[in-house]
Amino acid sequence: MNTIVCIAQVPDTESRIKIGGDGRHIDETGLKFIVSPYDEFALEEAIRLKEKSGGDVTVVTFGPERAGQALRECLARGATKALHVKADNAADADSLGIAKVLAAAIKTVPHDVVFLGKQGVGTDNSLVGPMLAELLGYPQVNVVTHMEVGDGKLTAHREIEGAEEVIEASLPAVVTAQKGLNDPRYASLKGIMAAKKIPIDTKSIADVGLSDGDVFNQRVVITKLELPPEKSGGRKIDGSDPAAAAREILKYIKEEAKAL
Amino acid sequence: MANVLVFTESKDGKLKKVSREALSIGRKLAQAAGGDLVGFTNDRALANDFGKYGAKTVYVTSAGDYATESYASALAEAIKQSGAGVVLFGGTSNGRDLAPRVAARLGAGVASDVDQLEYADGKLRARRPVYSGKVFATVEVTGSPAIATTRPNAFPAEEVEGAVVNPQVTDIAADATSKAKVVETKTPEAGELSIAEADIIVSGGRGLKEAQNFSYIRDLAHAINGAVGASRATVDAGWIDHQHQVGQTGRVVSPNLYIAAGISGAIQHLAGMSSSKHIVAINKDPEAPIFRIADLGVVGDLFQILPALTEEVKKARAH
Repeated sequence: MNTIVCIAQVPDTESRIKIGGDGRHIDETGLKFIVSPYDEFALEEAIRLKEKSGGDVTVVTFGPERAGQALRECLARGATKALHVKADNAADADSLGIAKVLAAAIKTVPHDVVFLGKQGVGTDNSLVGPMLAELLGYPQVNVVTHMEVGDGKLTAHREIEGAEEVIEASLPAVVTAQKGLNDPRYASLKGIMAAKKIPIDTKSIADVGLSDGDVFNQRVVITKLELPPEKSGGRKIDGSDPAAAAREILKYIKEEAKAL
Repeated sequence: MANVLVFTESKDGKLKKVSREALSIGRKLAQAAGGDLVGFTNDRALANDFGKYGAKTVYVTSAGDYATESYASALAEAIKQSGAGVVLFGGTSNGRDLAPRVAARLGAGVASDVDQLEYADGKLRARRPVYSGKVFATVEVTGSPAIATTRPNAFPAEEVEGAVVNPQVTDIAADATSKAKVVETKTPEAGELSIAEADIIVSGGRGLKEAQNFSYIRDLAHAINGAVGASRATVDAGWIDHQHQVGQTGRVVSPNLYIAAGISGAIQHLAGMSSSKHIVAINKDPEAPIFRIADLGVVGDLFQILPALTEEVKKARAH
């Protein structure tokens, strides 16, 4: 069983985001970058499959130089190979551009399941997984909270509104991971040391057979970033008399929110 | 001139609210683009309902229950036949599953989870929250079709005024078999509302002190017909299932009314709910950050205030 895990390196979720001088990108100064949290569930599931039935776990990313560090972290946790398609302007590709790069990059890597996080935290598009599945002609199971693989197929639980679907898909398939799929491990010291010996296969867009035009022909262009208006905060009342406080809240719900 | 096609879903024989919202904004975009509004459904019995939203044509697929690949084929065919320049999806699990699949097939761009939309100069312009709401991005989608998924509760569902014309119905055959199929649907807690589309959310945080105290939240949510939300801390502690989590690594929500009890308001949580239209916060710490964005902040003991509020709500609803 060989798996591929496509990961994205993103700003730490605790970060305070500042907008850059051009008004269209975020200011990366001083930001700490991490493996996108949903990708950690994807990676963990792939490592567990490897531990159960052998094979390789190849982590793949499309990103600038710094994204190599994210691949190192994945190797330290138990991925066996790493592929970095490097472009300093990777942030200017839209989701379809990213999916094209990933599809081209993994063509020569043997695999039965392609894992991704259900969304890259930050850009929050939730698009690359299904786009990749379409480009590869594979079935997709999105927002997966539980899965099993066997007999050339996978069975996965997918979160939908207020319920859960059980989906069967033939292999190879694309799976996007939701929080709750598993409990991702931390890298061990041994893992960190071992990861240092694994080379990261670094390629350019041209190396995977694509042109800049293929990747940066943006259909979706960010024209402006802005911070949400500061909410000033409304009334604050003393709730030491619970009955009076409850009546005050009810009045607000009825008269202002008109929710009753 | 561009037609606007809206992928819709139904529940219990009715168009979902988020689909009606998408049809309503779709009608406005069609007007701006000088085109027609076009619907897409799997339920022929609903075809005339599309007239209430101003659709001139409805494509009905025989693909049956939702499966990604067969729906992608049917929808791609409907987009082709209708000459749609804009395609909208309500931001449901299925909408978010299907939009990127169809987009990749057509080489189209998608703006996800948008809360504002306009059509001007031959372009679809959208506003969408990024960094789970810490930042708003304005994006332009070029090329045809331009695709967007709409955030539930962000657009009002408005029927057309005046006479309703029944739309013309066109059948779309489903030709592809899907390599992934739903074999079972599990509904864990019957009747529980999802935070994704709820008008009212009652959320609990660490101030609840222990898992069983989510009953205070559930009781109020039940009385007020709202969904149960939760902070990340309570989900990570295993007090409640992840599907209730609001915020980054949970859901970003914009209900009409958000009641936060025992939630201090970590930046992750605030980002996920600050676009709610009305926010009530109950917390015993007067310095809690949640009060900075609450329209009505109550400094007090949630274990006393929530039951009192639940009773008041029940009384109000009984009238």
